[in-house]
Amino acid sequence: MGKNNLVMDIKDFSFTYSGAEEPSLKKINLPVLENKITAMIGPSGCGKSTLLRAMNRIHDLYSGNKYEGLINLYKADGSKENILDLKKENDFIKLRQQVGMIFQKPTPFPMSIFDNVAYGLKLSGVKNRSELEGRVEKALQGAAIWKETKDRLKESALGLSGGQQQRLCIARAVALKPRVLLFDEPTSALDPISTGAIEELITELKEELSVVIVTHNMQQASRLSDYTAFMYLGDLAEYDKTDKIFLNPSKKLTEDYITGRFG
Amino acid sequence: MNRLILNKIILTLSTLSAVIGIGFLFWILATLSYKGITSIHWSTFTNDLVEGGIRNLLVGQFTMALMASAVAVPLGMMAGIYLREYGHGSKLASVIRNLSDVMMSAPSIVIGVFVFALFVDPFGGYNGLAGIVALAIMMIPIIISTTDNMLSLVPTELREAGMALGGSKHKIIMQIVVKAAKVGITTGVLLSFARIIGETAPLLFTSANNQFFTMDLTEQFPSLTVSIYNLATYPDLESRELAWAASFILTVIVLCINLIGRYAIRNKK
Repeated sequence: MGKNNLVMDIKDFSFTYSGAEEPSLKKINLPVLENKITAMIGPSGCGKSTLLRAMNRIHDLYSGNKYEGLINLYKADGSKENILDLKKENDFIKLRQQVGMIFQKPTPFPMSIFDNVAYGLKLSGVKNRSELEGRVEKALQGAAIWKETKDRLKESALGLSGGQQQRLCIARAVALKPRVLLFDEPTSALDPISTGAIEELITELKEELSVVIVTHNMQQASRLSDYTAFMYLGDLAEYDKTDKIFLNPSKKLTEDYITGRFG
Repeated sequence: MNRLILNKIILTLSTLSAVIGIGFLFWILATLSYKGITSIHWSTFTNDLVEGGIRNLLVGQFTMALMASAVAVPLGMMAGIYLREYGHGSKLASVIRNLSDVMMSAPSIVIGVFVFALFVDPFGGYNGLAGIVALAIMMIPIIISTTDNMLSLVPTELREAGMALGGSKHKIIMQIVVKAAKVGITTGVLLSFARIIGETAPLLFTSANNQFFTMDLTEQFPSLTVSIYNLATYPDLESRELAWAASFILTVIVLCINLIGRYAIRNKK
């Protein structure tokens, strides 16, 4: 745990949505450390989701957006690539297998529980049936949902509760063994008990991968994360260890936000 | 006090309107059932039109409607997918969408005339293929609009989630998005089938009619609806009874397809 290796590194990154004149993100510099949880907080419209969605280039579903700067992704072998250089669909696919994403609303596919988890694996080229079964089971165990689903793997995933669906989506992403998982307000559509289960799961996940989580819930950020980035109006206002941000922020703005004076 | 009275008046008026509307519907159905059922005999289903039955007409009508669907469903679905998933927001897509909407409300007789000029006149006579083309032209815009609308109900997050797992665009569309909209699209296909199977005008001078059993699509082709139109104008009682019987059977068929379409939605949701 002592090591502080970078897994992603965002440098002077600016982002402008298609058709917008002003950039939504201005010269962001943010490191993402390996096997740590980095939280992004800030008022609505501050750009935290925009930044998160740039980190696996999901923005590219829609054309015309403008990127500037660098987002480096460090691979297991120590080499790095700037994900903003990617152009081909194949490269995007590889990127997204390394940098997965969990959305605010659970997004189970209209297929069985098993097929949901197997979907990404099949896309990545796993064809062998027994290997698929092994990895699906492992992923479901990893997302703490194996016990509830092992007897109903063939049933539709749409029959699961909201919290279970979200854990299934995490299982689906974990199955690909990504290096980074991006969470976009993963619990804001869930009840407190499901939220607790997801938070526990995220904490366990950092043993194996790195997590970046966008949240509106300040308690959640302070409970979960090791590092916190506070964003405001498209700028990264402050980034530091979570304890430091919440107990002794260096900027007045950060203090005002976390004490609830605006937001 | 005034408000209460006004409320009662409006309640009475709207109830009355509903009763009148439904009353006419039941009147039609009752007459149709009474005249239809009493005119149906076993031979109605076993004989061809030339012998006073509708066997060849049923087969002909279904053949044309099914073959029109075989053309219109894949075409319409692909076009709908283009409009929603690929061309979304582009000028071309909005032009196509508007044209398709206009086509949907085009009078069916106009489509008949168009197909007559294109596929009947140059080939020297009425033929089944022309009927199929006319029905397909009617059906395509309905399928386009259903597919377009049903795909628009699929949440964007589902597409993004597919992408985040490393899916390419066409795989996500075909394996996830269309699957999520499957029930709605199927219902739309069934309802549009119910719509074209009861059409007369597009067939009137494209496939026209045939008294005999045939599967040759280059000839005049037997049609239930065109037969009803013809039979009802004949002076003899037998012909008019057969028209009643055929109308009743057609209504039952259309009703059944509609019910299946609606039942499919309720069951799958």
